Order: sequence, then structure tokens, then C-alpha cells
Amino acid sequence: MSNDVLVLAEHRDGAVSDVTFELLGKAREIAASWGGRTVALLLGQRELAGELGAADTVQCAEHAALETYNPEAYEAVVLQALEQLEPRLVLTSTTTVGLDLGAALSVRWDAPLVSYVTGLSAGDGTALATAQIYGGKLLAEVELSGPRALCAVLAGSFPHAAGRGETAPTVETLDATGLLDDLRTVVTSVISPEGGDVDITAADLLVSVGRGIGSQANLEVVEELAEALGAPLAASRPLIDQGWLPKARQVGKSGLSVKPKVYLMFGISGAPEHLEGMRDAELVIACNTDAKAPIFDVADYGTTVDLFDLVPELVSRVAG
Amino acid sequence: MRIAVLLKQIPDLVEDLELAPDGTDVDREFLAFTLNEFDDQALEEALCLKDAGDAEVVAVALEEPDVDQCLYTALAKGADRAVKLTGAGEGWIDGHRRSAILAAWLATAEFDLILTGVQAADDLDGQLPPLLAARLGLPHASVVVRVELKGQVALVRQELGGGTVADEELRLPAVIGIQAARQAPRYASISRIRQAQQAGGLEEVGAPATDAGPGYHLVRLLAPEAAGHAQMLGGSAGEVAERIVELIRAKGL
Repeated sequence: MSNDVLVLAEHRDGAVSDVTFELLGKAREIAASWGGRTVALLLGQRELAGELGAADTVQCAEHAALETYNPEAYEAVVLQALEQLEPRLVLTSTTTVGLDLGAALSVRWDAPLVSYVTGLSAGDGTALATAQIYGGKLLAEVELSGPRALCAVLAGSFPHAAGRGETAPTVETLDATGLLDDLRTVVTSVISPEGGDVDITAADLLVSVGRGIGSQANLEVVEELAEALGAPLAASRPLIDQGWLPKARQVGKSGLSVKPKVYLMFGISGAPEHLEGMRDAELVIACNTDAKAPIFDVADYGTTVDLFDLVPELVSRVAG
Repeated sequence: MRIAVLLKQIPDLVEDLELAPDGTDVDREFLAFTLNEFDDQALEEALCLKDAGDAEVVAVALEEPDVDQCLYTALAKGADRAVKLTGAGEGWIDGHRRSAILAAWLATAEFDLILTGVQAADDLDGQLPPLLAARLGLPHASVVVRVELKGQVALVRQELGGGTVADEELRLPAVIGIQAARQAPRYASISRIRQAQQAGGLEEVGAPATDAGPGYHLVRLLAPEAAGHAQMLGGSAGEVAERIVELIRAKGL
């Protein structure tokens, strides 16, 4: 066992993901208090190692099967790295990759895992994590006192500036020979998002609608408002899954990240997955009949007036 | 082709969650329970696979509040069998424990494909599909939105975030975490659920014993204290609309 903190670096489209810098900043803080080092683990894309200067060392593994996320290949290589490096704490994010790997490694490396972590501090020989549960309606305080642990951190929980190092890290190579010869999982293609009829990421004003709209027929109500405002209509995941609006309109973790000047939301409760896609909006106005909806902790302005009463009033003022 | 679909009852988040006296669980006594929505998606995808070819669908759940209704609904929708694993204990069954119980039972029953929801609202110690796959030593993919079967290979589409997806081929048997089925979950009428109930046929099996747990110390659950709160706009719909229009205009839009 060491006192090191290891960060699983993530990248997409040839760039290090922002959340990786958040994790590195937090890892440095915890490693410093334990007297350990900060280690970044980078699979594929070795050329990105130089950006991970906040780490003391970057461990790189390269192989054709690691160029893009392959659950089985990544798991095998990360498990070997953890067995060799024996970090005290491993930080991943709550992306597909981070959650998938975190849980599988929790079993295979025999370490506790806390998911949806929003706060993390070092105690005396322990780590204390605060995590969201029940869609953010409750928090859990968890103490990790064993020799190893994993935390999957919700993006946006920590500042990323502290994780952007100026100096070049030491880069070392992890040998993946023999680990990836007989994989039962093959990635056949990776498909980038297709452009939709409108680009919701470019809009200054977005009208966004969620489950509270109730039915597809009711969408007309908010479509009319969006049109009157000259704003594209976006939506949260449930509506996209129902097929009520095209995928290109989805805001959130598995959809698009937007940063409009005004984000006007109707019937969206504010699940963490949705918040991840809109936290950079400048002004958030939320309409939801549930006064306890988590969205009101994030929005700048809120109202519990029923959207079916409010929207027609808005339309008449904007159109008139 | 035998497909297991793992179903789980979770507290209905539409309701307020009160804490139990010891502060480490929600107060389950007065809570309404409902099928995890992603498990419902997994069931739908399994039934679509059955519709498209020759597959037997087995719905599996631990004994939890209202689980009989949930399993009979699965039968009414078209599942061939429903299995209830009994005696796993009351209260919150964490992901490590749940996956150990399910893995022990699944290892004794021969399945080609195991589907379940990608996540559940109480996944504090990780999501079920990768936990389970790791215990069973099977390949897995989560956040999957499409499954097709070609012989002993599953063709899956996995969402990687930001709209990017990967198409993957998994050699069966495999565990798949479903985010969304190819179509909205089908509806089972009350009368068909009642028919299924009258026909009976819920298989009850004792849950395999395990001492697995998350391995951390849960200090307490608590209601979040928001760093900030929205300034609430009160008054009539017209007055609120007036304020919202002003706010938008103030941004120069």
C-alpha cells in the first residue's frame, strides 16, 4: 500500500476531458495531506500526457484495443495498474467509462466504491466522501478507512484550475502485453453526434422541457413559446427516449452540454445527469410544480406556477 | 437463447424521502415502491429480442416491497418465467450485496444474456451491471440503447456521453446495462396482470447466502443544504410571466 492518489484520465475527440483536471486538483490536495504522490493513468493517446502536469507521474498504456473505450480492455489494464501501483485512492468520474470501470474494479480489486461523489476530504488515515443518492434528493456521508478505495466523482464538483499543471510530468509506460490478446468485447465503430436540424449548443436563449410536460401532444404548448421567443426547444432525457424530440435536442450527460445566456426550463426536476449538461448557463429560470425539486437549488429564478398556466401567459406577452 | 432480466423495486422519488431513525437509510415503512425505470427499459428490450427471434425471457427479482406485482406485470407483458429470490433480508440491499446474491443464483442457471437497468437511484456503491459482470467473470457494457443478437454475439450500442456512441460486439454470455429500450416500455392492462396473478407461477427460490457488502462505513444520509436557492417568483401566472419576460430582456435577448 502507498499513500498515492490515482486519477483515471479521460479523453474524448483527442482532448483531455475537463473533469480529469477536476480530479487531478482534488487528488493533489489529498495526496499532499497523506504524504503521497498524484498519479494519472492514461490509456491510449499517449500524446496527451503532457497536459497532465498536475500529476507527479503519468502512467501510459498503449494498444490498438485502448484507442477508444472498450470496457473489457480498459478494465484489464487498469486492474493490472492498480495491482502494481497499489494506490490508496482511485478517482474516476461519473461518465460511462468512470462508472463502468469503478464498479467492476471495486469487485475485482476488492476495494469499496462511492459513486456520485460531490465532496471529498482527507482525514487522518481515512477519506471522507459526500455523495448524491436518490437523484440528488439526499446526500450520503461515507468514511473510507481501508487501505484502498475508489470514488466516482460527479463532474462539476471541484474546481479544475488546480488540476492544470504547468510543468511536464514524468511519463512512464505500463506494459499491457498479454492482457488484451483474447478479448470477448470488440468495438466496431465510434460514432460522433450527428448534426440535428438545430444546434442547441449555439443558442443564446433555450427553452427546455422535461417529464412534467406529461404527453407528446402537450409539447405544442412549449413549441409555441419557443417559436415566439425565436429559441430552439431542448429537452431532458425522458422525452428523447420516448421519441418525442430528436436526440440532437437532448441536454445532459449523454446528450449535449449547453451554455446559453438564458436557460428557461419547464417540468424538469434537475437530476444530476441533466445538470451536467447545463451548469454553464448564465441565467437559469425554472418552472416546476414541485417546490422541492432539486432544480431550484441550481436555478437563479424559479416558480411553482403550473407550466400550462404560465406558458400561454408568456406567449401572449412575447408574441404581443 | 435464455435471457435473464433483473428487476428491482426502489422508493418512488415522486414522494418525500424521510430518514429512518438511525439516519443511514430512508424510512421504508411508509414509502411507495416502484420498479426502477431503467429495469423497465431492460425488460422491454428483452421482450423485443424475444419478439424478434427465439428467446426465453426470465424476470428475476429479490423479495422487496410490491415485487410480486412487478413480476406478475413482467409475465403479463410476455416474460416466460418469473423468479423471486426470497429471504435476502429487509431494508436497503446495497449493490455489492445485491450483485453477490444475483451472481450466485445466475451462476447456477444457464443464461446467454443478462439484461438490467443501467442504474438505480440508490446506486451509492456502484451500478449493478458491472458489479455483477465482475463477479460472474463476464464481458459487459453499460449505458446501452440497442441490443441485437447474432448467434452467440450481442451487438450493442453504448452511449459514451456528449452524444458519442460506440458499437460493440460482445461474445455471450454477457451482462448489458440498458439505458433505454428501442421503444417505450409496453403496457400491461390491469386485467392481464390479474390474469397472470391468478395463473400463479411465480417461482420462489431462497436467495443464496452472502456476506458481501460495500466495504465502506456509511456515516449518515442527510438532506442536501443547497449552496444557493432560486429566487422564487410568486403571484399569478400573468405576474410571473411578466417577470420572466423582463429577466430575458435584461439579458439583451
